[in-house]
Amino acid sequence: MKHRWKDKAIRLAFTALASTSILVVVLIFLFLGKEAFGFIFEPGLKELLNTRWIPVSFKRETFGIIPLITGSALVTLWATLIAVPISILSAVYISEFAGDREKEILKPVIELLAGIPSVVLGFFGLIVLAPIVKQAFGLSTGLIALTGAILLAFMAIPTMVSIAEDAIRSTPKSFRNASLALGASRLQTTWKVIVPAALPGIVAAVMLGMGRVIGETMAVMMVTGNAAIITGSPLESVRTLTATIAAEMGEVPFGSTHYQALFCVGIVLLITTFFINFIAQKVLERHRDVT
Amino acid sequence: MKRNVLFLLIALLSTLLLSVSCGGNQATDDASGKRDASQTQRQSITIKGSDTMVHLVSTWAEAFMEKNPDIDVSVTGGGSGTGIAALLNGTTDICAASRKIKDKETQLAEQKEITPVEKIVARDGIAVITNPENPVTELTLGQLKDIFTGTCTSWDGVGGQSENIVILSRENNSGTYVFFQKKVLQKEDYAGSARLMPATSAIVQSVTDDKWSIGYVGLGFALSAGEKVTVIKVKTSDDSEGVTPSEATVRSGDYPIARPLHLYTNGEPSGAVKSFIDFCISAEGQTIVQETGYVPAG
Repeated sequence: MKHRWKDKAIRLAFTALASTSILVVVLIFLFLGKEAFGFIFEPGLKELLNTRWIPVSFKRETFGIIPLITGSALVTLWATLIAVPISILSAVYISEFAGDREKEILKPVIELLAGIPSVVLGFFGLIVLAPIVKQAFGLSTGLIALTGAILLAFMAIPTMVSIAEDAIRSTPKSFRNASLALGASRLQTTWKVIVPAALPGIVAAVMLGMGRVIGETMAVMMVTGNAAIITGSPLESVRTLTATIAAEMGEVPFGSTHYQALFCVGIVLLITTFFINFIAQKVLERHRDVT
Repeated sequence: MKRNVLFLLIALLSTLLLSVSCGGNQATDDASGKRDASQTQRQSITIKGSDTMVHLVSTWAEAFMEKNPDIDVSVTGGGSGTGIAALLNGTTDICAASRKIKDKETQLAEQKEITPVEKIVARDGIAVITNPENPVTELTLGQLKDIFTGTCTSWDGVGGQSENIVILSRENNSGTYVFFQKKVLQKEDYAGSARLMPATSAIVQSVTDDKWSIGYVGLGFALSAGEKVTVIKVKTSDDSEGVTPSEATVRSGDYPIARPLHLYTNGEPSGAVKSFIDFCISAEGQTIVQETGYVPAG
Protein backbone atom coordinates (compact mmCIF):
# COMPACT_ATOMS: atom_id res chain seq x y z
CA MET A 1 0.00 0.00 0.00
CA LYS A 2 2.68 2.33 1.13
CA HIS A 3 4.84 1.37 -1.79
CA ARG A 4 2.17 2.20 -4.27
CA TRP A 5 1.73 5.64 -2.76
CA LYS A 6 5.44 6.22 -3.02
CA ASP A 7 5.49 5.07 -6.62
CA LYS A 8 2.72 7.45 -7.47
CA ALA A 9 4.44 10.37 -5.81
CA ILE A 10 7.67 9.68 -7.61
CA ARG A 11 5.85 9.26 -10.88
CA LEU A 12 4.12 12.58 -10.37
CA ALA A 13 7.36 14.31 -9.53
CA PHE A 14 9.00 12.97 -12.66
CA THR A 15 6.06 13.98 -14.82
CA ALA A 16 6.24 17.48 -13.35
CA LEU A 17 9.95 17.70 -14.04
CA ALA A 18 9.53 16.44 -17.56
CA SER A 19 6.77 18.89 -18.34
CA THR A 20 8.82 21.82 -17.05
CA SER A 21 10.62 22.00 -20.35
CA ILE A 22 7.34 21.95 -22.26
CA LEU A 23 6.09 24.74 -20.05
CA VAL A 24 9.26 26.73 -20.69
CA VAL A 25 8.90 26.33 -24.45
CA VAL A 26 5.25 27.39 -24.34
CA LEU A 27 6.11 30.39 -22.18
CA ILE A 28 8.89 31.43 -24.53
CA PHE A 29 6.49 31.26 -27.46
CA LEU A 30 3.91 33.30 -25.57
CA PHE A 31 6.47 35.87 -24.53
CA LEU A 32 7.90 36.28 -28.03
CA GLY A 33 4.38 36.52 -29.43
CA LYS A 34 3.37 39.11 -26.87
CA GLU A 35 6.37 41.34 -27.56
CA ALA A 36 6.04 41.03 -31.33
CA PHE A 37 2.25 41.40 -31.33
CA GLY A 38 2.08 45.12 -32.10
CA PHE A 39 3.97 44.56 -35.34
CA ILE A 40 0.89 42.94 -36.90
CA PHE A 41 -1.00 46.23 -36.85
CA GLU A 42 1.76 48.75 -37.37
CA PRO A 43 3.49 48.42 -39.83
CA GLY A 44 1.92 45.00 -40.57
CA LEU A 45 3.38 41.58 -41.22
CA LYS A 46 3.81 42.41 -44.90
CA GLU A 47 6.67 44.68 -43.88
CA LEU A 48 8.67 41.59 -42.94
CA LEU A 49 8.65 40.51 -46.58
CA ASN A 50 10.49 43.65 -47.58
CA THR A 51 13.84 42.94 -49.20
CA ARG A 52 15.84 45.36 -47.11
CA TRP A 53 16.62 45.53 -43.41
CA ILE A 54 17.24 49.17 -42.48
CA PRO A 55 16.14 49.55 -38.87
CA VAL A 56 17.92 52.87 -38.29
CA SER A 57 17.17 55.50 -40.86
CA PHE A 58 16.36 59.17 -41.04
CA LYS A 59 14.13 58.56 -44.05
CA ARG A 60 12.15 55.36 -43.83
CA GLU A 61 12.87 52.38 -41.64
CA THR A 62 12.31 49.01 -43.27
CA PHE A 63 12.19 45.67 -41.52
CA GLY A 64 12.46 43.07 -44.26
CA ILE A 65 13.78 39.84 -42.79
CA ILE A 66 14.27 38.08 -46.14
CA PRO A 67 17.97 39.03 -46.31
CA LEU A 68 18.44 37.81 -42.74
CA ILE A 69 16.78 34.47 -43.50
CA THR A 70 18.81 33.91 -46.66
CA GLY A 71 21.92 34.92 -44.71
CA SER A 72 21.31 32.37 -41.98
CA ALA A 73 20.37 29.70 -44.52
CA LEU A 74 23.49 30.29 -46.59
CA VAL A 75 25.85 30.11 -43.62
CA THR A 76 24.10 27.04 -42.19
CA LEU A 77 24.12 25.23 -45.52
CA TRP A 78 27.83 25.72 -46.09
CA ALA A 79 28.75 25.00 -42.50
CA THR A 80 26.85 21.71 -42.76
CA LEU A 81 28.45 20.87 -46.12
CA ILE A 82 31.88 21.38 -44.56
CA ALA A 83 31.21 19.72 -41.22
CA VAL A 84 29.30 16.59 -42.26
CA PRO A 85 31.96 14.74 -44.26
CA ILE A 86 34.69 15.57 -41.76
CA SER A 87 32.55 14.56 -38.79
CA ILE A 88 31.24 11.30 -40.18
CA LEU A 89 34.63 10.17 -41.42
CA SER A 90 36.15 11.09 -38.04
CA ALA A 91 33.43 9.22 -36.20
CA VAL A 92 33.88 6.13 -38.37
CA TYR A 93 37.63 6.24 -37.95
CA ILE A 94 37.51 6.69 -34.19
CA SER A 95 35.03 3.91 -33.59
CA GLU A 96 36.14 1.40 -36.22
CA PHE A 97 39.78 1.86 -37.07
CA ALA A 98 41.58 3.82 -34.38
CA GLY A 99 43.64 1.96 -31.82
CA ASP A 100 42.98 2.43 -28.12
CA ARG A 101 45.81 4.92 -27.77
CA GLU A 102 44.54 7.05 -30.67
CA LYS A 103 41.02 6.93 -29.27
CA GLU A 104 42.27 8.17 -25.94
CA ILE A 105 43.79 11.20 -27.60
CA LEU A 106 41.29 11.90 -30.38
CA LYS A 107 38.03 11.86 -28.46
CA PRO A 108 38.95 14.27 -25.67
CA VAL A 109 40.69 16.66 -28.07
CA ILE A 110 37.66 16.79 -30.38
CA GLU A 111 35.42 17.35 -27.41
CA LEU A 112 37.74 20.06 -26.21
CA LEU A 113 36.93 21.90 -29.43
CA ALA A 114 33.33 22.09 -28.24
CA GLY A 115 34.44 23.91 -25.13
CA ILE A 116 36.09 26.83 -26.90
CA PRO A 117 34.00 29.95 -26.26
CA SER A 118 32.47 31.25 -29.47
CA VAL A 119 33.92 34.73 -28.94
CA VAL A 120 37.39 33.25 -28.92
CA LEU A 121 36.63 31.36 -32.12
CA GLY A 122 35.19 34.54 -33.61
CA PHE A 123 38.33 36.44 -32.73
CA PHE A 124 40.43 33.70 -34.27
CA GLY A 125 38.24 33.92 -37.36
CA LEU A 126 38.64 37.68 -37.64
CA ILE A 127 42.41 37.74 -37.19
CA VAL A 128 43.53 34.46 -38.75
CA LEU A 129 40.84 32.85 -40.88
CA ALA A 130 39.43 35.91 -42.68
CA PRO A 131 42.80 36.91 -44.21
CA ILE A 132 43.41 33.30 -45.31
CA VAL A 133 39.99 33.03 -46.96
CA LYS A 134 40.50 36.42 -48.57
CA GLN A 135 43.78 35.32 -50.11
CA ALA A 136 42.58 31.90 -51.12
CA PHE A 137 39.72 33.32 -53.19
CA GLY A 138 41.41 36.57 -54.22
CA LEU A 139 38.73 38.72 -52.61
CA SER A 140 38.84 42.27 -51.36
CA THR A 141 37.77 41.20 -47.88
CA GLY A 142 37.53 38.00 -45.89
CA LEU A 143 34.42 39.05 -44.00
CA ILE A 144 32.05 36.80 -45.90
CA ALA A 145 29.55 34.01 -45.38
CA LEU A 146 32.12 31.32 -46.12
CA THR A 147 34.42 32.45 -43.30
CA GLY A 148 31.48 32.25 -40.93
CA ALA A 149 30.54 28.84 -42.30
CA ILE A 150 34.05 27.47 -41.74
CA LEU A 151 34.07 28.74 -38.15
CA LEU A 152 30.63 27.30 -37.51
CA ALA A 153 31.74 23.99 -38.97
CA PHE A 154 34.46 23.95 -36.30
CA MET A 155 31.76 24.40 -33.70
CA ALA A 156 29.46 21.76 -35.14
CA ILE A 157 32.13 19.09 -35.62
CA PRO A 158 32.50 18.09 -31.94
CA THR A 159 28.73 17.63 -31.57
CA MET A 160 28.44 15.67 -34.77
CA VAL A 161 31.49 13.50 -34.11
CA SER A 162 30.64 12.49 -30.58
CA ILE A 163 26.99 11.65 -31.29
CA ALA A 164 27.76 9.86 -34.55
CA GLU A 165 30.57 7.96 -32.87
CA ASP A 166 28.25 6.83 -30.09
CA ALA A 167 25.73 5.69 -32.67
CA ILE A 168 28.31 3.72 -34.63
CA ARG A 169 29.79 2.16 -31.54
CA SER A 170 26.42 1.04 -30.26
CA THR A 171 25.56 -1.03 -33.32
CA PRO A 172 25.28 -4.65 -32.19
CA LYS A 173 28.53 -6.66 -32.27
CA SER A 174 26.64 -9.47 -34.01
CA PHE A 175 26.23 -7.31 -37.16
CA ARG A 176 29.96 -6.85 -37.42
CA ASN A 177 30.75 -10.48 -36.64
CA ALA A 178 28.18 -11.77 -39.10
CA SER A 179 29.49 -9.57 -41.87
CA LEU A 180 33.10 -10.52 -41.23
CA ALA A 181 32.16 -14.19 -41.01
CA LEU A 182 30.56 -13.96 -44.45
CA GLY A 183 33.89 -12.92 -45.82
CA ALA A 184 33.35 -9.15 -46.13
CA SER A 185 36.43 -7.01 -45.63
CA ARG A 186 36.65 -4.54 -42.77
CA LEU A 187 35.96 -1.64 -45.08
CA GLN A 188 32.96 -3.38 -46.62
CA THR A 189 31.64 -4.19 -43.18
CA THR A 190 31.99 -0.60 -42.06
CA TRP A 191 30.32 1.03 -45.07
CA LYS A 192 27.74 -1.59 -45.99
CA VAL A 193 26.71 -2.81 -42.55
CA ILE A 194 27.77 -0.63 -39.64
CA VAL A 195 27.15 2.84 -41.06
CA PRO A 196 23.69 2.03 -42.47
CA ALA A 197 22.74 0.46 -39.14
CA ALA A 198 23.86 3.57 -37.30
CA LEU A 199 22.23 5.96 -39.76
CA PRO A 200 19.46 7.23 -37.46
CA GLY A 201 22.09 8.23 -34.92
CA ILE A 202 24.19 9.86 -37.63
CA VAL A 203 21.21 11.83 -38.91
CA ALA A 204 20.47 12.94 -35.36
CA ALA A 205 24.10 14.01 -35.03
CA VAL A 206 23.92 16.09 -38.20
CA MET A 207 20.65 17.70 -37.15
CA LEU A 208 21.94 18.58 -33.71
CA GLY A 209 25.06 20.02 -35.30
CA MET A 210 22.87 22.13 -37.59
CA GLY A 211 20.90 23.30 -34.59
CA ARG A 212 24.12 24.51 -33.06
CA VAL A 213 25.10 26.27 -36.28
CA ILE A 214 21.83 28.09 -36.82
CA GLY A 215 21.69 29.33 -33.26
CA GLU A 216 25.30 30.43 -33.01
CA THR A 217 25.72 34.16 -32.74
CA MET A 218 28.97 35.65 -31.60
CA ALA A 219 31.37 33.96 -34.00
CA VAL A 220 29.25 34.70 -37.09
CA MET A 221 28.69 38.26 -35.98
CA MET A 222 32.42 38.85 -35.93
CA VAL A 223 33.31 37.40 -39.31
CA THR A 224 30.39 37.50 -41.75
CA GLY A 225 30.48 41.26 -42.32
CA ASN A 226 26.83 41.67 -41.28
CA ALA A 227 25.69 43.37 -44.48
CA ALA A 228 22.01 42.62 -44.93
CA ILE A 229 21.95 41.70 -48.60
CA ILE A 230 20.15 38.87 -50.37
CA THR A 231 22.70 36.62 -51.98
CA GLY A 232 23.28 32.98 -52.82
CA SER A 233 27.04 33.30 -53.05
CA PRO A 234 29.11 32.20 -50.06
CA LEU A 235 31.70 34.79 -51.07
CA GLU A 236 29.36 37.68 -50.21
CA SER A 237 28.79 39.25 -46.84
CA VAL A 238 25.63 38.20 -45.01
CA ARG A 239 23.76 39.19 -41.87
CA THR A 240 22.27 36.29 -39.93
CA LEU A 241 19.10 36.26 -37.83
CA THR A 242 21.04 35.67 -34.64
CA ALA A 243 23.64 38.37 -35.27
CA THR A 244 20.86 40.86 -35.96
CA ILE A 245 19.18 40.20 -32.65
CA ALA A 246 22.46 40.26 -30.75
CA ALA A 247 23.74 43.43 -32.37
CA GLU A 248 20.56 45.44 -32.17
CA MET A 249 18.66 44.25 -29.12
CA GLY A 250 20.76 46.14 -26.61
CA GLU A 251 20.01 49.44 -28.24
CA VAL A 252 16.37 49.50 -29.31
CA PRO A 253 13.90 51.66 -27.42
CA PHE A 254 11.59 49.34 -25.50
CA GLY A 255 8.34 48.65 -27.34
CA SER A 256 9.31 50.45 -30.56
CA THR A 257 8.63 48.99 -34.01
CA HIS A 258 12.29 48.02 -34.26
CA TYR A 259 11.98 46.18 -30.95
CA GLN A 260 8.92 44.30 -32.16
CA ALA A 261 10.65 43.49 -35.44
CA LEU A 262 13.52 41.90 -33.51
CA PHE A 263 11.04 39.70 -31.68
CA CYS A 264 9.58 38.70 -35.04
CA VAL A 265 13.12 37.68 -36.02
CA GLY A 266 13.28 35.64 -32.81
CA ILE A 267 10.03 33.86 -33.66
CA VAL A 268 11.31 33.02 -37.14
CA LEU A 269 14.47 31.59 -35.59
CA LEU A 270 12.49 29.51 -33.12
CA ILE A 271 10.18 28.16 -35.80
CA THR A 272 13.19 27.25 -37.95
CA THR A 273 14.83 25.22 -35.20
CA PHE A 274 11.51 23.53 -34.47
CA PHE A 275 11.21 22.64 -38.10
CA ILE A 276 14.71 21.13 -38.20
CA ASN A 277 14.02 19.05 -35.12
CA PHE A 278 10.70 17.94 -36.57
CA ILE A 279 12.36 16.75 -39.78
CA ALA A 280 15.04 14.95 -37.77
CA GLN A 281 12.33 13.15 -35.82
CA LYS A 282 10.53 12.14 -39.00
CA VAL A 283 13.71 10.78 -40.55
CA LEU A 284 14.46 8.81 -37.44
CA GLU A 285 10.94 7.39 -37.30
CA ARG A 286 10.92 6.35 -40.92
CA HIS A 287 14.28 4.67 -40.55
CA ARG A 288 13.08 2.84 -37.47
CA ASP A 289 10.08 1.58 -39.43
CA VAL A 290 12.28 0.22 -42.20
CA THR A 291 14.67 -1.69 -40.00
CA MET B 1 16.19 -0.36 -6.74
CA LYS B 2 13.53 1.86 -5.30
CA ARG B 3 16.06 3.48 -3.11
CA ASN B 4 18.10 4.35 -6.18
CA VAL B 5 15.15 6.03 -7.79
CA LEU B 6 14.55 8.04 -4.67
CA PHE B 7 18.13 9.17 -4.58
CA LEU B 8 17.99 10.12 -8.19
CA LEU B 9 14.88 12.13 -7.55
CA ILE B 10 16.41 13.95 -4.63
CA ALA B 11 19.51 14.66 -6.64
CA LEU B 12 17.45 16.01 -9.51
CA LEU B 13 15.34 18.20 -7.28
CA SER B 14 18.30 19.61 -5.45
CA THR B 15 20.11 20.47 -8.68
CA LEU B 16 16.97 22.17 -9.88
CA LEU B 17 16.68 24.17 -6.67
CA LEU B 18 20.35 25.00 -6.74
CA SER B 19 20.24 26.22 -10.30
CA VAL B 20 17.11 28.26 -9.63
CA SER B 21 18.65 29.93 -6.62
CA CYS B 22 21.93 30.56 -8.42
CA GLY B 23 20.11 32.04 -11.37
CA GLY B 24 18.18 34.27 -9.04
CA ASN B 25 21.31 35.52 -7.38
CA GLN B 26 22.90 36.35 -10.64
CA ALA B 27 19.97 38.42 -11.78
CA THR B 28 19.93 40.55 -8.65
CA ASP B 29 23.69 40.92 -8.74
CA ASP B 30 23.43 42.75 -11.99
CA ALA B 31 20.84 45.22 -10.88
CA SER B 32 20.47 46.30 -7.29
CA GLY B 33 22.29 43.68 -5.27
CA LYS B 34 25.76 44.74 -6.27
CA ARG B 35 25.25 48.35 -5.40
CA ASP B 36 23.49 47.60 -2.13
CA ALA B 37 26.29 45.38 -0.99
CA SER B 38 29.01 47.80 -1.94
CA GLN B 39 27.41 50.84 -0.37
CA THR B 40 28.08 49.46 3.05
CA GLN B 41 31.75 48.76 2.37
CA ARG B 42 33.07 50.50 -0.71
CA GLN B 43 31.56 52.88 -3.16
CA SER B 44 31.29 51.80 -6.73
CA ILE B 45 30.37 53.53 -9.95
CA THR B 46 29.33 51.79 -13.13
CA ILE B 47 29.82 53.50 -16.45
CA LYS B 48 28.34 52.09 -19.60
CA GLY B 49 27.96 53.24 -23.18
CA SER B 50 29.89 54.45 -26.18
CA ASP B 51 32.55 52.16 -27.54
CA THR B 52 34.33 55.21 -28.92
CA MET B 53 34.75 56.51 -25.38
CA VAL B 54 35.68 53.25 -23.66
CA HIS B 55 39.40 53.89 -23.99
CA LEU B 56 39.09 57.43 -22.63
CA VAL B 57 36.69 56.58 -19.83
CA SER B 58 38.70 53.61 -18.64
CA THR B 59 41.88 55.71 -18.57
CA TRP B 60 39.98 58.26 -16.50
CA ALA B 61 38.72 55.50 -14.26
CA GLU B 62 42.22 54.15 -13.65
CA ALA B 63 43.63 57.56 -12.75
CA PHE B 64 40.58 58.32 -10.62
CA MET B 65 40.79 55.04 -8.69
CA GLU B 66 44.45 55.69 -7.99
CA LYS B 67 43.51 58.96 -6.31
CA ASN B 68 40.39 57.55 -4.62
CA PRO B 69 41.23 54.00 -3.57
CA ASP B 70 37.88 53.56 -1.80
CA ILE B 71 35.85 54.00 -4.97
CA ASP B 72 35.54 51.27 -7.58
CA VAL B 73 34.80 52.33 -11.13
CA SER B 74 33.75 49.74 -13.67
CA VAL B 75 33.59 50.65 -17.33
CA THR B 76 31.84 48.76 -20.14
CA GLY B 77 31.15 49.61 -23.76
CA GLY B 78 28.34 48.38 -25.97
CA GLY B 79 27.39 51.54 -27.82
CA SER B 80 25.82 54.84 -26.87
CA GLY B 81 22.32 53.45 -27.36
CA THR B 82 23.08 50.57 -25.04
CA GLY B 83 24.41 53.01 -22.44
CA ILE B 84 21.37 55.25 -22.60
CA ALA B 85 19.06 52.24 -22.38
CA ALA B 86 21.00 51.14 -19.29
CA LEU B 87 20.67 54.60 -17.75
CA LEU B 88 16.92 54.54 -18.36
CA ASN B 89 16.67 51.07 -16.84
CA GLY B 90 18.70 52.16 -13.85
CA THR B 91 21.44 49.61 -14.40
CA THR B 92 24.25 52.13 -14.73
CA ASP B 93 25.26 55.24 -12.78
CA ILE B 94 26.83 57.08 -15.65
CA CYS B 95 26.20 56.68 -19.36
CA ALA B 96 28.94 57.59 -21.79
CA ALA B 97 27.43 58.71 -25.07
CA SER B 98 29.06 59.86 -28.27
CA ARG B 99 25.76 61.36 -29.43
CA LYS B 100 23.11 63.51 -27.84
CA ILE B 101 20.15 61.76 -26.27
CA LYS B 102 17.31 61.38 -28.81
CA ASP B 103 13.84 62.87 -28.33
CA LYS B 104 12.37 59.37 -28.21
CA GLU B 105 14.72 58.48 -25.40
CA THR B 106 13.95 61.67 -23.49
CA GLN B 107 10.25 60.83 -23.67
CA LEU B 108 10.96 57.34 -22.44
CA ALA B 109 13.06 58.78 -19.61
CA GLU B 110 10.13 60.96 -18.53
CA GLN B 111 7.88 57.92 -18.39
CA LYS B 112 10.40 56.15 -16.21
CA GLU B 113 10.90 59.27 -14.06
CA ILE B 114 14.54 59.59 -14.94
CA THR B 115 16.06 62.96 -15.71
CA PRO B 116 19.18 62.57 -17.84
CA VAL B 117 21.68 65.33 -17.08
CA GLU B 118 24.22 65.98 -19.79
CA LYS B 119 27.84 66.99 -19.44
CA ILE B 120 30.20 67.52 -22.38
CA VAL B 121 33.52 66.05 -21.28
CA ALA B 122 35.54 65.97 -24.49
CA ARG B 123 35.38 66.29 -28.26
CA ASP B 124 36.15 63.71 -30.87
CA GLY B 125 36.94 63.79 -34.54
CA ILE B 126 35.77 60.90 -36.69
CA ALA B 127 38.65 59.84 -38.88
CA VAL B 128 38.02 58.12 -42.19
CA ILE B 129 40.62 55.43 -42.65
CA THR B 130 41.83 53.35 -45.57
CA ASN B 131 44.57 50.84 -46.19
CA PRO B 132 48.05 52.39 -46.65
CA GLU B 133 48.38 50.68 -50.02
CA ASN B 134 45.43 52.60 -51.38
CA PRO B 135 46.71 55.68 -53.27
CA VAL B 136 43.66 57.78 -52.35
CA THR B 137 44.51 60.15 -49.48
CA GLU B 138 41.98 62.95 -49.88
CA LEU B 139 38.21 62.88 -50.20
CA THR B 140 35.52 65.54 -50.16
CA LEU B 141 32.46 65.23 -47.94
CA GLY B 142 30.43 64.70 -51.12
CA GLN B 143 32.63 61.82 -52.22
CA LEU B 144 32.41 60.26 -48.76
CA LYS B 145 28.65 60.49 -48.98
CA ASP B 146 28.65 58.81 -52.41
CA ILE B 147 30.90 56.04 -51.13
CA PHE B 148 28.96 55.26 -47.99
CA THR B 149 25.53 55.49 -49.59
CA GLY B 150 26.68 53.15 -52.34
CA THR B 151 26.37 55.64 -55.22
CA CYS B 152 30.07 55.28 -55.93
CA THR B 153 31.19 51.65 -55.79
CA SER B 154 34.67 51.78 -57.31
CA TRP B 155 37.79 53.60 -56.21
CA ASP B 156 38.33 55.03 -59.70
CA GLY B 157 35.23 57.18 -59.14
CA VAL B 158 37.15 59.13 -56.51
CA GLY B 159 40.57 59.24 -58.13
CA GLY B 160 41.87 55.81 -57.28
CA GLN B 161 42.24 52.50 -59.10
CA SER B 162 39.38 50.54 -60.53
CA GLU B 163 38.79 48.29 -57.55
CA ASN B 164 35.54 47.74 -55.71
CA ILE B 165 35.13 49.70 -52.51
CA VAL B 166 34.55 47.64 -49.36
CA ILE B 167 32.50 49.79 -47.01
CA LEU B 168 33.00 49.21 -43.30
CA SER B 169 30.58 50.75 -40.85
CA ARG B 170 29.82 50.40 -37.17
CA GLU B 171 26.72 48.47 -36.06
CA ASN B 172 23.52 50.47 -35.94
CA ASN B 173 23.56 50.65 -32.13
CA SER B 174 26.61 52.88 -32.33
CA GLY B 175 26.51 56.60 -31.70
CA THR B 176 29.21 56.97 -34.33
CA TYR B 177 26.96 55.22 -36.89
CA VAL B 178 24.17 57.72 -36.33
CA PHE B 179 26.50 60.72 -36.19
CA PHE B 180 28.25 59.75 -39.41
CA GLN B 181 24.90 59.13 -41.08
CA LYS B 182 23.71 62.57 -40.07
CA LYS B 183 26.86 64.51 -40.80
CA VAL B 184 28.36 62.79 -43.83
CA LEU B 185 25.51 60.85 -45.40
CA GLN B 186 23.17 63.81 -44.90
CA LYS B 187 20.62 61.46 -43.33
CA GLU B 188 20.62 59.11 -46.33
CA ASP B 189 20.74 55.36 -45.69
CA TYR B 190 23.98 53.43 -45.72
CA ALA B 191 24.62 51.20 -48.72
CA GLY B 192 23.13 47.73 -48.33
CA SER B 193 26.53 46.21 -48.96
CA ALA B 194 28.12 48.11 -46.07
CA ARG B 195 29.62 45.66 -43.62
CA LEU B 196 28.49 46.40 -40.10
CA MET B 197 31.29 45.65 -37.68
CA PRO B 198 30.55 44.90 -34.05
CA ALA B 199 33.42 47.03 -32.72
CA THR B 200 35.77 49.83 -33.66
CA SER B 201 38.79 47.57 -33.29
CA ALA B 202 37.24 45.20 -35.84
CA ILE B 203 37.07 48.08 -38.33
CA VAL B 204 40.73 48.95 -37.79
CA GLN B 205 41.62 45.27 -38.11
CA SER B 206 39.72 44.90 -41.38
CA VAL B 207 41.14 48.08 -42.87
CA THR B 208 44.68 46.88 -42.17
CA ASP B 209 43.84 43.53 -43.79
CA ASP B 210 41.75 44.58 -46.74
CA LYS B 211 43.42 46.77 -49.34
CA TRP B 212 40.31 48.36 -50.79
CA SER B 213 38.26 48.97 -47.70
CA ILE B 214 37.22 52.24 -46.11
CA GLY B 215 35.89 52.78 -42.61
CA TYR B 216 35.36 55.44 -39.98
CA VAL B 217 36.60 55.36 -36.41
CA GLY B 218 37.15 57.77 -33.53
CA LEU B 219 40.28 59.90 -33.91
CA GLY B 220 41.95 58.23 -30.92
CA PHE B 221 41.68 54.80 -32.54
CA ALA B 222 42.97 56.08 -35.87
CA LEU B 223 46.02 57.68 -34.23
CA SER B 224 46.85 54.63 -32.14
CA ALA B 225 46.65 52.47 -35.28
CA GLY B 226 49.56 54.57 -36.57
CA GLU B 227 51.18 53.37 -39.79
CA LYS B 228 48.75 50.52 -40.28
CA VAL B 229 46.08 52.80 -41.73
CA THR B 230 45.88 55.96 -43.82
CA VAL B 231 43.89 58.75 -42.24
CA ILE B 232 42.04 60.44 -45.08
CA LYS B 233 42.24 64.22 -45.45
CA VAL B 234 38.71 65.54 -45.68
CA LYS B 235 37.73 68.49 -47.88
CA THR B 236 34.51 70.35 -47.23
CA SER B 237 34.16 71.26 -50.90
CA ASP B 238 35.92 70.46 -54.17
CA ASP B 239 38.31 73.41 -54.08
CA SER B 240 39.07 73.66 -50.36
CA GLU B 241 42.18 72.23 -48.72
CA GLY B 242 42.12 68.70 -47.33
CA VAL B 243 42.18 68.74 -43.55
CA THR B 244 43.81 65.99 -41.49
CA PRO B 245 41.91 65.34 -38.28
CA SER B 246 43.97 66.32 -35.25
CA GLU B 247 43.46 67.94 -31.91
CA ALA B 248 44.09 71.37 -33.40
CA THR B 249 41.84 71.00 -36.44
CA VAL B 250 38.99 69.51 -34.43
CA ARG B 251 39.21 72.26 -31.83
CA SER B 252 39.37 75.02 -34.43
CA GLY B 253 36.42 73.51 -36.26
CA ASP B 254 38.38 73.14 -39.52
CA TYR B 255 37.90 69.39 -39.55
CA PRO B 256 34.24 68.91 -40.44
CA ILE B 257 33.47 65.49 -38.93
CA ALA B 258 33.69 66.19 -35.20
CA ARG B 259 31.31 65.95 -32.31
CA PRO B 260 31.10 66.41 -28.55
CA LEU B 261 31.31 63.43 -26.18
CA HIS B 262 28.93 63.33 -23.24
CA LEU B 263 28.48 61.76 -19.87
CA TYR B 264 24.86 61.39 -18.76
CA THR B 265 23.68 60.87 -15.21
CA ASN B 266 20.25 60.45 -13.70
CA GLY B 267 19.61 63.82 -12.05
CA GLU B 268 22.38 66.15 -10.93
CA PRO B 269 25.38 64.02 -10.01
CA SER B 270 26.22 63.63 -6.34
CA GLY B 271 28.70 61.75 -4.17
CA ALA B 272 31.19 59.50 -5.91
CA VAL B 273 29.58 60.06 -9.31
CA LYS B 274 29.98 63.80 -8.95
CA SER B 275 33.60 63.54 -7.89
CA PHE B 276 34.28 61.31 -10.90
CA ILE B 277 32.73 63.74 -13.36
CA ASP B 278 34.50 66.65 -11.70
CA PHE B 279 37.73 64.73 -12.14
CA CYS B 280 37.00 64.25 -15.84
CA ILE B 281 36.58 67.94 -16.53
CA SER B 282 39.45 68.97 -14.25
CA ALA B 283 42.77 70.00 -15.80
CA GLU B 284 44.18 66.56 -15.00
CA GLY B 285 41.22 64.81 -16.60
CA GLN B 286 41.51 66.93 -19.72
CA THR B 287 45.23 66.08 -19.98
CA ILE B 288 44.16 62.46 -20.13
CA VAL B 289 41.76 63.42 -22.92
CA GLN B 290 44.71 64.73 -24.93
CA GLU B 291 46.94 61.78 -24.09
CA THR B 292 44.34 59.28 -25.31
CA GLY B 293 43.94 61.05 -28.64
CA TYR B 294 40.71 62.96 -28.06
CA VAL B 295 40.21 66.68 -27.94
CA PRO B 296 39.60 68.59 -24.69
CA ALA B 297 36.09 69.91 -24.14
CA GLY B 298 36.95 73.54 -23.41
